[in-house]
Amino acid sequence: MEIGLAHYLTVAAILFALGIFGIFLNRKNVIIILMSIELMLLAVNINLVAFSAHLGDLVGQIFAMFVLGIAAAEAAIGLAILVVYFRNRGTIAVEDLNVMKG
Amino acid sequence: MIIQALAFYLFAAVAIASGVMVVSARNPVHSVLFLILAFFNAAALFVLMGAEFLAMVLVIVYVGAVAVLFLFVVMMLDINFVALRQGFQQYLPIGALIGLVLVAELVLVFGAWVVAPGAELAATDRIPAPDQISNAHAIGLVLYTKYAYLFQVAGLILLVAMIGAIVLTHRQRDNVKKQRISTQLGRRREDSVEVVKVRSGEGI
Repeated sequence: MEIGLAHYLTVAAILFALGIFGIFLNRKNVIIILMSIELMLLAVNINLVAFSAHLGDLVGQIFAMFVLGIAAAEAAIGLAILVVYFRNRGTIAVEDLNVMKG
Repeated sequence: MIIQALAFYLFAAVAIASGVMVVSARNPVHSVLFLILAFFNAAALFVLMGAEFLAMVLVIVYVGAVAVLFLFVVMMLDINFVALRQGFQQYLPIGALIGLVLVAELVLVFGAWVVAPGAELAATDRIPAPDQISNAHAIGLVLYTKYAYLFQVAGLILLVAMIGAIVLTHRQRDNVKKQRISTQLGRRREDSVEVVKVRSGEGI
């Protein structure tokens, strides 16, 4: 049985939906939300590489590499903000993030 | 071919199972470890698709840097995770509903979708045959020529992220005794030594 584009796209779609599901499920815990975002970016990368391999175009892999780099930057900044927030408030619950509401 | 199919199903199943565990694990440390497992299996899927350089980069960047960062933050902060899990059951139905709707939509899209004829011809940078030139070499040939500016911008974004993270988390603490070499060297004799005439029998 041939493993083609559709198989990889299915895996990526399930992983992406799991990321969304994780955001809804753990909507109090910022750390798990950040991990869910990483999962969604991984799904996007799988999509990009699958299309790249299927169409024989290298640009998809290049783009996946940029997505990887930006995801790393996003994780670093997000976790830094999380650490500062925890230092100031002593909690990371999302519903307490209302200081800027006025 | 059968080995490839078996490998695909193994890696895909483990990746999805660990994705489920990431969002549903009771302990966030386990979540991070399952995230690492998911990234390893995604890297294996990349190898199956013939993108071995990207697979290695995924392992290095995610398992080596991002996951360790997550693990560090989870273990360093003293967070009451039990309180954060309240409402887990309450959010389960709506989350499952939205996830299922999303998967259904994507399946409907894939079901009706085909590659346009001649789409392969539109590729600007063709993947060369793997026996002539390796994947890493081919990516380098394109990345450092056509996408050199984008590459620089990506590096700049990483630099900004690094400086931002340092500026955010760095704090000056006042109650710590530290060696200040400039004040040590700038000390003069008059500031620190005083010659006192002591009369005998009186003391100072």
